[in-house]
Amino acid sequence: MAASCVRTVGSFLGKCGNCSSSLNTVTSQLSRQVLSRQICVSTALKKNLAAGGPEKFTVEFIQKQVEEFDIGKRHLANMMGEDPENFTQEDIDRSIAYLFPSGLFEKKARPLMKLIFFPLHEAVQWGADGRPFHFLFYTGKQSYYSLMHKLYSKILNIEKHQDRMRAKGLFSQDTKEISLDTSRWLTKEELEVLLVETISSNNYDRFIQLMERLLSMPYCNMEEEFVLHYRRPLEARSKKQMVPVPERDDKGVAFSTSDGRRKTSNSSVVLRDCGSGRITVNGQEYLHYFPVLQDREQLMFPLQFMGLLGRFDLQCTVSGGGRSSQAGALRLAISRALLSFLSEGEQETMRQAGLLTPDPRVRERKKPGQEGARRKFTWKKR
Amino acid sequence: YFTMLNLTSASASFQACQSEKHLGQFYTLPSAHFRPLFPHGLPYRYQQQVKTFNEACFMVRPPALEVISYLKKADYSKPALRYLFYGVKGSGKTMSLCHAVHFCYTQGWVVLHIPDAHLWVKNCKELLPSSYNSARFDQPLQATTWLRNFRTTNEHLLSQIKTKRRYVWTKRESTDEGRPLGELVNQGISRVKSSSDVVGALMKDLRLQSSQPGADFRLVVAVDGVNALWGRSTIKKENKSAVDLEELTLIHNLKKLMKNDWTGGAIITTLSQTGSLYTPKSAYLPQELLGETGFDSMDPFIPVSVPNYSEKEFESAYLYYLDRKWLQHPQSRTEDGKKELSFLSSKNPSMLDRICGFL
Repeated sequence: MAASCVRTVGSFLGKCGNCSSSLNTVTSQLSRQVLSRQICVSTALKKNLAAGGPEKFTVEFIQKQVEEFDIGKRHLANMMGEDPENFTQEDIDRSIAYLFPSGLFEKKARPLMKLIFFPLHEAVQWGADGRPFHFLFYTGKQSYYSLMHKLYSKILNIEKHQDRMRAKGLFSQDTKEISLDTSRWLTKEELEVLLVETISSNNYDRFIQLMERLLSMPYCNMEEEFVLHYRRPLEARSKKQMVPVPERDDKGVAFSTSDGRRKTSNSSVVLRDCGSGRITVNGQEYLHYFPVLQDREQLMFPLQFMGLLGRFDLQCTVSGGGRSSQAGALRLAISRALLSFLSEGEQETMRQAGLLTPDPRVRERKKPGQEGARRKFTWKKR
Repeated sequence: YFTMLNLTSASASFQACQSEKHLGQFYTLPSAHFRPLFPHGLPYRYQQQVKTFNEACFMVRPPALEVISYLKKADYSKPALRYLFYGVKGSGKTMSLCHAVHFCYTQGWVVLHIPDAHLWVKNCKELLPSSYNSARFDQPLQATTWLRNFRTTNEHLLSQIKTKRRYVWTKRESTDEGRPLGELVNQGISRVKSSSDVVGALMKDLRLQSSQPGADFRLVVAVDGVNALWGRSTIKKENKSAVDLEELTLIHNLKKLMKNDWTGGAIITTLSQTGSLYTPKSAYLPQELLGETGFDSMDPFIPVSVPNYSEKEFESAYLYYLDRKWLQHPQSRTEDGKKELSFLSSKNPSMLDRICGFL
C-alpha cells in the first residue's frame, strides 16, 4: 500500500511543473527505495519532507529571526562595552571582525552577522496529502489569476455601490479622482517579481486593461489603496543644469567659474567678461599649451557656437589625462561657465548641441584571457 | 584697410614707405632685389609662399620699423650697435630681420647675412682639422655654401672693395694685397679645403675696412639664431667626444665679429628657439636663450621684441590672403570665419599661415 501511495505521489509530482528540485530527487530516491524494499514508510517521515519546505520562510519565522538578531546585537554590544541602544550595523561588523579575526582573502567568506532578506521565491504549493493550497493552482499562474479575480470582484463591488447610490439618488460624477500624474504602472518585470511567477505579455496587457477599466468608473477612489499598490512613483525630473552664478570682481568685471571632467582629466575655468579674447592655460599661452589645432578647435567650439568669440577672457587650469581629454574637459567647463551669460533658449540650444553632456566614456578594463579589453589572443587552429 | 605699395627701384620711394603711417600694410619687393638678396635666410614656408604668389611681400611691422629708424639715425663713427629680435616661436623675427636687411641693401651696404647659425653647429658631415690653427676644426661644406650665397648677394660691391692684407693659403697659393674681394671669395669657393679660413679672412677684412674713416661702404652683419654661438653643439669628434664651440673656426670668427670693437656698421640678430639645441621649448627671452656667457658678450645690445599680430596687422594679413585668393573656403570670407581664424591661430603669424594653408 505504501508503495502504491508513493508511486502515485511520484507520478503526481511528475505531472505538475512546480516542484522544488530537491524534493523531486528525494522523493524519487525514496520511491525507488520503497519500490525495491517494500517497507512501509511512516507517514511521519513523509510529512517531514513535505512540510519542511513551506515552513522555512513564513512571516512568523522571519519575525522570530529578526527578534533573535536584535537580542544577539544587544548581547554583542554588552560584550564590547558599548551602548546597546545605538549599536549600528557598522559597529556589529567591527566587533565581529575583532572577535573572530579571519585570514581568508575572500571577504564574503569571513564571519558575518547581518540580516539578509532574500527575495521571495516559491514555496511549495501543496500540502502533505499532495493537494495544492490554492484553488487556482492548476491554471499554472495561480497568483496572476487570483489577482485578476480580485480586481474583477472589486469592479463588481464598485458597480454595486454605484447602483446603490443611484437608487438613493446620491449618484454624482465628480467624486475625488485618484491622482495618477506622479506615478506609473508597474512594468511587466516588476509585476513578475511581485507575483513570483512569469507572465506573458498578453497577460500583462489584460491586467493593465482591467486596471484602466477600474479607474474609469466614477467611484474608484474606494479602491485607491489597492490601485496605488500597483503603481510606482515616476523618477524625479532630470536634474536641471546648475547654472554657475556670475560674480563681479573688484574691477566690476563679471566672471563665472566652473569645472569639467573627462576621462581622468579635471579642469576649472574662470570666464571673464572683458573685451579681449585672450586665453591662459595653466599659466601658459594656449597656443603653447595646445600646439595641435584639434585641441584648440575643441576649446573654440562653445564660444563659436554662440557667436561670442572675442568677448571673453579665459583663465583655465587643467590636470591629469592626456592632450585630448584635457581639451574635452576644458570644453565642458567653458560651456558650463558660459551658461550664466546666456538666456534660456540659448542654454537649451547648447544642451541640444551636446556641449553640456559630460562624456561617459572611460577606459575599459582589460580582461584576463584576452590581450586587451576587446582584442583576443591570436587564434591558432592547432 | 590694406594697400599694396609698389616699390620702384628708386630707394627714395622705398624710404617713404617706411614710416609709421604704413604700419600694417604690405609692400612688394621688386624681383630684381629679391633674387640676389635672399638666396638664403628666409623661412622655408615663406619661400614657398613667394613661389606660389610669384611675389615677395613684407608687412610693415613696428619692430622692423624701429630698427630701421635707428639705423637711419645711428652715428657710424661709434662702435657698431647690436640689435636683437626676440619673441615667441613664429612671431616673425626672421622676417623682421630680412626686412631690415633689405633696407640696408637698398642703402648700398655690404650685407653679411648668415641664415641660421644653428646650421653651423649641428649635422656636420665633414670636419677637417684646420690648416691655420691645428686645435680647431673646419667645416668646408657649410663654408662654401655660405660663400656662394654671399657672392650672389654682394656681387656689385665685391669688385670695388680691395683686400688690405696678404693671405697665404697653402705653399703655392696666396692672395696679395689690393686684390678685389671677389677674388678672395672665388678662391674660397674653388678651394674647398681652405674655405673656412677664407670666411674668417673675409670677416676680418671687412671689419677692418669699415672701421676706417675713409671707407665708402658700411657693413651690416645679420645673424639669425645667434644663440647658437653660445650654446652647445651636437657635432662629435671621431672619438665620440663633443666638439667645443671654440674649436670651430666658423663660430670663432663669427664671435669675433659679434664684438662691437669695429665701427661703421650695424649688427642685427635674432634669437631662435626652434633650431637651438638643449633649450626648453618655452624659452624665448634673451637671457634664457643666450645663456650667461652669451648675454655678457652681447651685453650692450638693443632688444626688440617681436609680438604676435595686433588686431590691425591680423586684419591686414587676412585681407592679403583674401586678395591673393588663398582662402578658398566660403566661410573664411565671413566675419565669423575671421574671428575663428584669429582665435585658432591666436594671432601668431606662422600659425595663421599654417591654418590658411589648407583652407
